[in-house]
Amino acid sequence: MARKITYQQAINEALDQEMARDKSVIIMGEDVAGGSGGDGEMDAWGGVLGVTKGLWGKYGDRVMDTPISEAGYVGAAVGAATAGLRPVCELMFIDFMGVCFDQIYNQAAKFRYMFGGKAETPIVIRTMYGAGFRAAAQHSQCLYNMFTAVPGLKVVIPSSPYDVKGLLIQAMRDNDPVIFCEHKVLYTLEGDVPEESYTIPFGEANIVREGNDVTIVTVGRMVHQAIEAAATLAKEGVSCEVIDLRTTSPLDEETILESVENTGRLVVVDESTPRCSIATDISAIVAQKAFGSLEAPIEMVTAPHTPVPFNGTLEDQYVPSPGKIADAVKIVMGYKA
Amino acid sequence: MTANLSVEDLLDAYRTMKTIREFEDRVHVEFAKGGIPGFVHLYAGEEASAAGVGMHLKETDKLASNHRGHGHCIAKGVEVKGMMAEIYGKKTGTCHGKGGSMHIADLDTGMMGANGIVGGGPPLACGAALAAKMKGTDGIAVVFCGDGASNQGTTFEAMNLATVWKLPVVFVFENNGYGEATPSNYAVSCKDIADRAIGFGMPGEIVDGHDFFAVHKAFAKAAERARAGEGPSLLEHKLDRFFGHFEGDNQNYRAKGEVKRLREEVCCLKRFSAEVTDNHGVDQAQLSAIDSEVATLIDEAVAFAENSPEPDLSDLTTDVYINY
Repeated sequence: MARKITYQQAINEALDQEMARDKSVIIMGEDVAGGSGGDGEMDAWGGVLGVTKGLWGKYGDRVMDTPISEAGYVGAAVGAATAGLRPVCELMFIDFMGVCFDQIYNQAAKFRYMFGGKAETPIVIRTMYGAGFRAAAQHSQCLYNMFTAVPGLKVVIPSSPYDVKGLLIQAMRDNDPVIFCEHKVLYTLEGDVPEESYTIPFGEANIVREGNDVTIVTVGRMVHQAIEAAATLAKEGVSCEVIDLRTTSPLDEETILESVENTGRLVVVDESTPRCSIATDISAIVAQKAFGSLEAPIEMVTAPHTPVPFNGTLEDQYVPSPGKIADAVKIVMGYKA
Repeated sequence: MTANLSVEDLLDAYRTMKTIREFEDRVHVEFAKGGIPGFVHLYAGEEASAAGVGMHLKETDKLASNHRGHGHCIAKGVEVKGMMAEIYGKKTGTCHGKGGSMHIADLDTGMMGANGIVGGGPPLACGAALAAKMKGTDGIAVVFCGDGASNQGTTFEAMNLATVWKLPVVFVFENNGYGEATPSNYAVSCKDIADRAIGFGMPGEIVDGHDFFAVHKAFAKAAERARAGEGPSLLEHKLDRFFGHFEGDNQNYRAKGEVKRLREEVCCLKRFSAEVTDNHGVDQAQLSAIDSEVATLIDEAVAFAENSPEPDLSDLTTDVYINY
């Protein structure tokens, strides 16, 4: 039975249902209970934005507050994953990958390969990304492209409450290391979510709007900007197909290529900075594999090659907007060879 | 001091140490001949450390190692032929030739992996210890770090976490005097790494790493504390390495004659042999029998490695993911 809940509630529900189903699932991170060792409530915060609130009360010691010590506890989660637990480890902001990246890309990502196919490292690293909170340069980045570049990692970037629940449950059941990227602006987004447990497979993009003139490929929060742009453009007679990648590793190339073969035009929308990004990656794949179908050069709508600014006007200018996406669509529609 | 060690135990300890020494001396020779590719860091000289710890470990206990990991693997029970083949990069290797000397792992025997990243192991060992604790077993984890890793932030974070969560983990620092080419008395800010234990709320002890009995005794206490749920310990094994940082290292940062002198004065095998034959009822003939058994094993391992096939070209892209 579906009912409307928020993206944040959907994450909490996914964690709750999977912890109830599988005792090897544990949660660790900074303030995920939020009161260990204090005189106040043990479950004081439930995560910095309250995403894990309530789980400590149900699962006790399986919800573990950590020191502010990402290399230590992310590494411990990786080690625990090789030893039979299924840790869901919270990296509060994706920007903090810098202080624990070794444990992710040199350790977790490589065990399976380096050890001749004998290691299983079923860890999920949940992390918050994205601009829009006036959180400035070190708490607002979209670094999922860096994880996507690493063989051995799976990268999930859900755009809706329905997707975030199904993809998170899939992540917890997956036996490879998964980087699970949650956009902070989406936490309050409401949507229909079934009460029961369900999974959404990785590597299957979602065509969130069908169309014939232009393909817009995007992911995460940008799905909503693209849908808004597409709705505006529809009134002007331009039919956009919007593809939500859901996961950037594995990547559903087939859905992208099929769509571009039909529309002949591609706009890629990515909240990351422009170089070596999801936008350039998708563009390269399409240019290589569907060149003959293209009727116009590919357009990319991304953040500029700058850190994320603090000032609100500047930050709003930084994030790709429906208006900029619509402009890019008009460029590819108006192209004449 | 050796009340709990039978003659059989002592012979086992000798076999482990001798196997490590022969393995490393032979890899040194074969590397120089050009048969072994890549980066190789040898453990010769430090055998008492791995053997003294390893004797306390059950198969279900976990061991996280470092770049100088061959001795730890052997002491944890990893099969020697597979190790040698791995170092040669062959398909029959422990990791099918895809890991090499710096990444030998055998999770079935609790060997979590050598590690190419200095300080990579301590957080991982904490995780293995956490898993043992949460499953309610008496399992423990041990991580071997060098003096170099004693200065890494990951190591500090892991020691802090181990005490905060009261994890059954033992941090063993093998201080062989050099982090690569830089002496530890230059790069380590305190006189003894063991002193850092107090800052992380755990007991720390300096151990003569050339003395199997000292290592065995100190680790017994640390392991017992861990198994009893009393938390982590730190042991600093002071010892020496008989080869360079890596094979090919000309060791011109060491004093002239230093290695030759060390081989004569602090060889843990010589010291162990003298002790057990003088005071523990072991016959020299028993040790000699092990010597020839080990020599045969290493010969066989090298022949196995040399005669083993290369990985298939199709192996390049396998085992990146479990499913993708």
